[in-house]
Parts: sequence; C-alpha cells; structure tokens
Amino acid sequence: MLSIKDLSVAFKTRKGEVNAVRGISLDVAKGKTLGIVGESGSGKSVTSYALMRILDAGGEIRTGEVVYGGIDLRAASEKDMRDIRGREISMIFQNPRAALNPIRRVGHQVEDVLIRHAQATRQDAKAKAIAALEAVKINDAAARYDAYPFELSGGMCQRIVIAIALACKPQLLIADEPTTGLDITTQKAVMDLVGDLARERGMGMILITHDLGLASQYCDRIVVMKDGLIVEEGDPQKLFTDPQHAYTRKLVDATPRVGASIRNLLPPETRTAEPAHKVHDRPLLEVRDLVKTYPGKSGPVQAVKSISFQIKSGQSLGLVGESGSGKSTTSEMVVRLQDPTSGNILFDGQDIAATPSARFMRHPMRGEIQMVFQDATDSLNPRGTAASAIAEPLARIARMRGSKLNARVAELAELVGLPQPLLSRFPHQLSGGQKARVGIARAIALEPKLLILDEPTAALDVSIQAIVLNLLVDLRAQMGMSYLFVSHDLNVVRLLCDEVLVMKHGEIVDRGPTAAVMDNPSHEYTRSLIEAAPQPPNPVAA
Amino acid sequence: MADMTASTPDTTRRKGDTTLGHIVYVLRDNPVTMLAFAMLAFFLGCAFFGPALVPYDPLATNAARALEAPSWDHWFGTDNLGRDVFSRVIVATRLDLTISVAAVALSFVIGSILGSIAGYWGGWLDAVLNRCLDTIMAFPLFVLAMGVVAALGNTVENIIYATAIINIPFYARLVRAEVNIRRHSGFAQAAKLAGNSDLRVLAVHIFPNSLPPMMVQVSLNLGWAILNAAGLSFIGLGVAPPTPEWGIMVAEGANFIVSGEWWLAVFPGLWLMLAVFTFNLLGDGLRDIVDPRKRT
Repeated sequence: MLSIKDLSVAFKTRKGEVNAVRGISLDVAKGKTLGIVGESGSGKSVTSYALMRILDAGGEIRTGEVVYGGIDLRAASEKDMRDIRGREISMIFQNPRAALNPIRRVGHQVEDVLIRHAQATRQDAKAKAIAALEAVKINDAAARYDAYPFELSGGMCQRIVIAIALACKPQLLIADEPTTGLDITTQKAVMDLVGDLARERGMGMILITHDLGLASQYCDRIVVMKDGLIVEEGDPQKLFTDPQHAYTRKLVDATPRVGASIRNLLPPETRTAEPAHKVHDRPLLEVRDLVKTYPGKSGPVQAVKSISFQIKSGQSLGLVGESGSGKSTTSEMVVRLQDPTSGNILFDGQDIAATPSARFMRHPMRGEIQMVFQDATDSLNPRGTAASAIAEPLARIARMRGSKLNARVAELAELVGLPQPLLSRFPHQLSGGQKARVGIARAIALEPKLLILDEPTAALDVSIQAIVLNLLVDLRAQMGMSYLFVSHDLNVVRLLCDEVLVMKHGEIVDRGPTAAVMDNPSHEYTRSLIEAAPQPPNPVAA
Repeated sequence: MADMTASTPDTTRRKGDTTLGHIVYVLRDNPVTMLAFAMLAFFLGCAFFGPALVPYDPLATNAARALEAPSWDHWFGTDNLGRDVFSRVIVATRLDLTISVAAVALSFVIGSILGSIAGYWGGWLDAVLNRCLDTIMAFPLFVLAMGVVAALGNTVENIIYATAIINIPFYARLVRAEVNIRRHSGFAQAAKLAGNSDLRVLAVHIFPNSLPPMMVQVSLNLGWAILNAAGLSFIGLGVAPPTPEWGIMVAEGANFIVSGEWWLAVFPGLWLMLAVFTFNLLGDGLRDIVDPRKRT
C-alpha cells in the first residue's frame, strides 16, 4: 500500500547540512502494522514527516520515492496533499495535549476534519463526531463532545486525537510515539484500542516508538533505525531472539525485562559483576502518617492520605504509581521542597518536617537528602555550565571555594563518567545522557545519605537508561547511599530496588520485598500494573 | 560508557565560546545587527566627543548669518539667531541619550524587582502590584508624563523620572511572566536543594533567564524614551531653551517651515529618527548576545 524507496532527507542548519534520513526503503501492506524502532536522532520521526510532507522549514527530501496507493507523494501538489492528509493517511502525535487546540471544544475539532474532507455536513457533523468519539471507546461521548482538552486526562486526550485521526476512515495510520508520557495502564488501553481499530477496519499502521518491547507486542514487522539508516528488519519475535545487527542486540539487551539483571542491560563486553550493597537494620528515614491536602476549587484535594513507610540505611525503596497517585508529592515532601499538612518525617531520628521547607536550606540535614530530577534538561539552569551546576551545592552548603571546589567538581565528573572537557559546556550543548550525569553528579556532590530519584531515566533512550541505571547501582555500592526510587516503570524498579511501595490515589496499596510483590502481587492494582507493562519476548541467553 | 560522548565530537573551547567571540559571531551572523551596532557606536561617539569636535559653539549667536541654508560653512544651516544647527544637533546627542538611558535603566531596575517579586511569590503581593501597574497604564502615558513633569518641575531629572514611571509597568509585566513560568522549574527546585534561599534562587537562577526578552524591550524602549523626552521638550515641558535638545529644536524650527527654512526642523528630526531606528534595530542582536542557547 505504501512503499518508500531509497528516501533521504536533509536539513539545512547553521553548521551546514544534516542528513537525517540516509536512503531507507520500506513497505507497509494493507492491514499490517510496521514498527519503526530507534533512539532519539535515528530519523524515525523525520521519515514519517517526510512522507506526510510536513517537514520543518529547512528540511527537504533529497532523493527517493514515496508511493502511496499509486500516488507519488513526493510529486503531489500541496492541494492534493491536503486531501490525502487525514483522508487517506492520518497521524497521531506524541503529545496529545499539544496536538489539540486548547481553546476549542474537542467535539468541534473532530467536526473540523469531517467537514474538511466532506465526510459530514454542518447538519449531521455533530452526530458523526459523537459517533467518532464513541468509536474510540469514550464513555458518555455526547457529554465529552463539549469538553475542552484541559478538562480531560492525558489518556482521554490521546483518544480524542485518535478519534480525529480516524474520523475519515483513513487507510494508513502513522502513530508517532503515541503513548509516551502516558501511564502504563493507559498505554495498554490506548495501544489495544488502536490495534483493535486497525484490525477492524483493515487499516495499515506505522508505529514509531523507542520502546522495542512495545513494538514487539503490537507490530507484525519491525525495522530498526539508527542514524538515518535501517540496520535491521524482520519479525519481532526473531529480532528479539536472534538479533543480527550489533545495534539491535544492544537495544534488545537494554530493554528491561523479566529475568534480566541490571548488568544484563549493558552490552556483554562491558558487563562487570554487580556490586553488592549493604542494607543495615537501622532505619534512616521513617515517614509516619504523612498527609498532604491541597485546597481545591471543589473542596480540598487529598493528594497523600496518611502514609507511613521506612527506609533502612543502605536500602533502596521503589515508589511505584501512576500520575496522580501522590508519589511525586510524597517524594517532594521527603526532600523538603513541600510541607506536609500533617505527619512526621524522621531522618536519622530527627523530625525534619518540623522545619518549614522555606527555611530548610539552612538546616544541617540539607546536604544529607538530595534529589535527582525527572527531566534532566529542565533541572539545569540554561545559563549555567555543567561545572557550575555541580559546584552549586558544594559552594552553598559545604562552603568550598577556589581550587578545592574545582578539584571536587572534576572528581565528581569522573565518578559519574562525564568527560572533563564537557564541564565547560552549557546544558543545550549536552546530550540527554550527559545532562542526566550532571544532575546525578550534583545530587551526590555532598555525599548524601538519602538520594531521591524521581524517574531519572524517564526521558532517556533505553541504551542510555541502561548505562545510567548501572551507574546508580555502582554509586550506591560505592557510597552506601539509600535510594527512594520513584517510577511508573515496574521493570526498572525490579532491577534496582530491594523493597517496593505501590501507591494509588494517595494511599499505599501494596508493599513488600520487590521480588515478592512483583511475582505474587497481593493487590489487584499491582497485578493490573504488571500486566499492562509490555512483555518483550525473552532473548536467548546472551 | 565511552559511547555516550562519542556521539558529539569534542569541540569545547572553540572560538565563540568566550563572550567576546560570541558577540563577534552574532554581529557577523546578521548584517542588520552589525549596522545597528555601528550606528549605536556613532551616536555614542557623538555623545562622548561631540561637544569637543563640533565646529561652532552651539550656544553662540551670530545675527549676521541668521537663517542661512545648508552650506559648506554650516552643514545643516543656521537658525534664527545664527546658531549652527549641525553643532547643536550633535551636542544634543549627549543630553538625549542620557535622558533615555537613565530613564530606561531606572524603569528596568524597578520593573525587574517588582515583577520578580510578583511572579515568584504570587498571591496577594502579585494582585496588589498588578492593580497598581494597571492604574499607571490606565492613563494615557504621555499625558501622565506631562503631569509628572508639570507637578515636579521643569528639570532634566524630572523628565527622567516621568519617563521611567510610565515604562515601569512594561518591564514589571514582562519579568513577572518570565519568572512565573520558571518558579517551579526543575533548576529552581535543584537550586533550593543546593542550599539557596528563595531570594537567591530568584536573583541568581531565575531572573537572568528572563534577560533575552528583556533586552528586546530595553532597546525598543530606549528609542521610545528618546521620543518621549523630545516630545515633552517639544510642548515646552522639560529641557528649556537655549539648551540644544532635539525636541526643542524641532519645536522651534517648526515655526519656520512655512516660510521655507526647512532645515531648522528637518535635521534634528532626522537625527531623532535615526536614533530611534538604531535602538529598534538593536533589539534582536542584544537578545542573541545575552542568550546562552545561541552559543551552539
């Protein structure tokens, strides 16, 4: 149905031309799902933009041909393309909130595309729009028709985007990271929905993702892209069990899965023995009856409802939950960026919740509890160099100055594997993995006893995630730190944590040693989380 | 772990990493910026050295040569008292630039402080400050400036204060918005964990990030402040004759346009226009210079 031959795309930039896609060929058959898997910068999204002819300014298709159902998309006029987009080929974007117009009712946005492609008239548009919303299993579609995007959850917004994409019954659907940023149960629901609809309508689909596990579950065939080239192509099962290309093998290895240890994520040649970390009996952190209530428009909102837990010295505790479960609020209270409504936080026997967060920066314990933030880019001041970010806590809390400070910064960079020349760079000159390392170096600069990790790898490619997770394991063994690891990814928590807490609606619903909770979940919610996680086929023992 | 660094070639400490190198790069990259900076240099030169270089004393009258058209002796002609218009236009640069720069600096500082406080702490402080700023903006700004000068007295300082007051809301609003979107950002939180007080987080980490859009505002505002000062002088408030000032010179020259002595009003007006034009062009270049993300 769609056939791409020898496509190459180049972008003009200030530093000259960048070849984003360098001669790729692929075919999508009717009713089949093709997965394009690759890490950031592999050219997977650019490929889809090129075939929709929606490349950014400066981007240009250099060579190759793109034929859809006998039409040469490269030669088609802009007017023809406007008819094809949405009518024949549709696209689902990464961030559903950004893809919807924030100030238009979602129903009207569905109508727009119907009317544009003459699938509805002004009179019957509303009924057809509601039918389209019902098709993506939105409950009470007639009421949702009048909602604005900000009134809907992320998963619901993605359903609306899918409804818009599928409203005109296109033959080919391009889904560009459709579930990134969605909760794991929502991800499963959205992917199942898209898969079912594609099957029902005999629609071809291209699923673009960085998650090999996800692709293997929903695709008939997978191509693996790297640096604008297709390095491997084949059946998902076979890609996992018998990857031919070294890069595919690296991706397969780096995908967290049941039965793999944390060192297994790394390429075989760089694997070393996993260092053991010692857990002492002495509790380092004791949280008692912690409550956080926010004043809301319609009455107070209980974000955290009286939770209690303990972290022993040297222990790693995983805190798992979906968005809105209160896990981030909990971690922010523990790190003293927020004040609890009531309850105690005992750190080394001292109630640190007694000091308000606004004055906690002068507390002697400030250096003992540090945090690695979720988004490494957002957590670095765009105007400061890597070195200045790492030096900040040393200068402010440890009062280090001059050459002593510089030496310590260099030492920390070494510890987290950040090459010295990068220290003078600004955040925008660093890659995602490098920024994550800067964030970790800053957090461990004062040798804290407790490190709170708020989804430190959520924004990273899997191969970088593998490296960062292993770095965290090494640092834990080296420095004897305790971790509070906040994540929605159970597979990652399993690799790193001794014990796990599962949170839902501000309450702890399940807790215990990680292996016990994962293998025999006692609570229904834990079970649904584990089932929703994509289960990549197990590769042959590497 | 070496593979993470291999992806980007090691190009640290290239030319352009230093501040000076970066400025040179920005200037080279955009000829319009280059032109704006050249014109700025010219006006600054006039302001610093003008009074020493001009051929005639700007205040010296010469009844014998009154109202002469531009010639080799008097490039811009002479006025009704025989004063050299060229000398007066050049000498006036210092006064006009001083007024606008001082006024803009004053409103920049006050506006930044008010806006930062409102944007960072929010709540009732924000509400009170915003309503105060709304009150200022509710007046026609030039009329407000007239009122301030008329009430405080006809001096150069009062023109500066008046111009500063009517500009404060623009800076405060801009800073408030820029600070507000960053107050919960990761780097602000991280700075708190590193032992910074709220005030330090605001001053050292958050506020400098609002500089790039501020620079655009500053340069547009400089031109606007010059116009404002000249406007006040034009209607007889502020700088008093015979002090050379573009606004007064245009006002005085306007009387002679009907009788054909166009050069009295046109040349000071042209200079005024060029100065405003320069500052308006300067904005983009200044923004690029203070934005570290442009240092790729």
